[in-house]
Amino acid sequence: MTVHIPTALRSYTKQRSDVAAEGRNLADVVSALDRRYPGLRFRIITEQDTIRPHIRIFVNEEQARDLSVVLRPDDQIHIVCALSGG
Amino acid sequence: MSRSRKTTSSQPATGSVALLIGTRKGAFVLRGDRTRRTWKLSGPMFLGHIVHHVVLDPRDRRTMLMAASTGHLGPTVFRSTDLGKTWKEAKTPPAFPKVPEGQKGRVVGHVFWLTPGHPSEPGLWYAGTSPQGLFRSNDGGVTWEPFSSINDDPQYREWMGSVQDGTPDGPKLHSIIVDPRNSKHLYFAMSGGGVHESVDCGRTWTPIVQGLEVVEGFDAATVTFHDPHCIRLCPTNPDRLYQQNHCGIYRLDQPSNTWVRIGKNMPKKVGDIGFSMVVHPRNADTAWVFPMDGSTVWPRVSPGGKPAAYVTKNAGKNWVRLDKGFPRANAWWTVKRQAMTADAHEPIGLYLGTTSGEVWASRTEGSTWVCLARHLPEIYSVEAAEL
Repeated sequence: MTVHIPTALRSYTKQRSDVAAEGRNLADVVSALDRRYPGLRFRIITEQDTIRPHIRIFVNEEQARDLSVVLRPDDQIHIVCALSGG
Repeated sequence: MSRSRKTTSSQPATGSVALLIGTRKGAFVLRGDRTRRTWKLSGPMFLGHIVHHVVLDPRDRRTMLMAASTGHLGPTVFRSTDLGKTWKEAKTPPAFPKVPEGQKGRVVGHVFWLTPGHPSEPGLWYAGTSPQGLFRSNDGGVTWEPFSSINDDPQYREWMGSVQDGTPDGPKLHSIIVDPRNSKHLYFAMSGGGVHESVDCGRTWTPIVQGLEVVEGFDAATVTFHDPHCIRLCPTNPDRLYQQNHCGIYRLDQPSNTWVRIGKNMPKKVGDIGFSMVVHPRNADTAWVFPMDGSTVWPRVSPGGKPAAYVTKNAGKNWVRLDKGFPRANAWWTVKRQAMTADAHEPIGLYLGTTSGEVWASRTEGSTWVCLARHLPEIYSVEAAEL
């Protein structure tokens, strides 16, 4: 599956906007991303395994509320930085 | 704990000074020459990051740590081992332990305060977070772990209160202090939640809030209600602490455990409310504050729009206004708790940063002030690094 990376996180992905990842669910994918791009996970997921307040993750066009969302190989994942003030 | 009453001495610094400036939109450095007359601004580093604190390790004078987050991304610590030329992120930033499923665990919102460890413990650093947490690194800031029992202790969690009890952008653990005589003797403060001391390297802590006042109508015996803003230990007399509190300016001379409100000696029309507290590196009787208006709805700006620092040279018996060089009127400055500091030269250099993005300096211990930089983002912290 493809994960679309927002500009705020591209310092971790060597400026790549789209990266490939595999996993049964979002938790697997985020962990896989962190193995390849160390530090990325903690910037978007808290130590309690919740999605941070101003981060949104969409699977295809549906917003994921937690990391348990089951994925299919052809899913498109968008990590989005939501409004956070000026 | 054995407590030597003998004061230590330190020689004035003679090298150049760099001001490490944390702002709401990144970090900047103002580097001065040896005379401290010429300054060069560099940065921003990590533009757009919310930088609460940037600190040089005085033990090697090369390692710098930066407490950072952004509006979207979670908190982290960046570290440099080449005086800020290059930076790497901590492998394991400060984080609370994961709690079992079904329980509500705490989440670090931002790292607020950084303190290098004792000179005998190279590579050891402490960090304070919002919400209040105490963390330690043993490897120069690469990896961080919760430190001591207070993060999970039921009594301390009660004293910490909730987010509603804290400062507007989150309750903070700050003013982590290591006694220069004894690495096991530590202090920290919480807004809110009081001042705390450990003599066994954080295994146990004791609140020291006696003598401190709280907001009218609340019980001063309740640790939760105490709101220390900034604590400083005097290097030449580590038994002496000064404190700028939400409710006044205080001094503590141990072994007494009772704070004395020396701010009562400030001019009544100015008051003794503020955020920052600065001590002289070689004279424990001298300290500076930068008062804020604490009336009505607590505007927290320079009283009357006329900025001034105040100095005491007799441990708080009286205070002298220092405003030469500052605007005479219409300057509604706010200086936050980490945004005023001193170097170790002779005479002492004083530095402050405002939330309106100006950096001001005095090479003469506050008797005259000049503006070093304008138009920076909102300044959260200013540290004077001796290079």
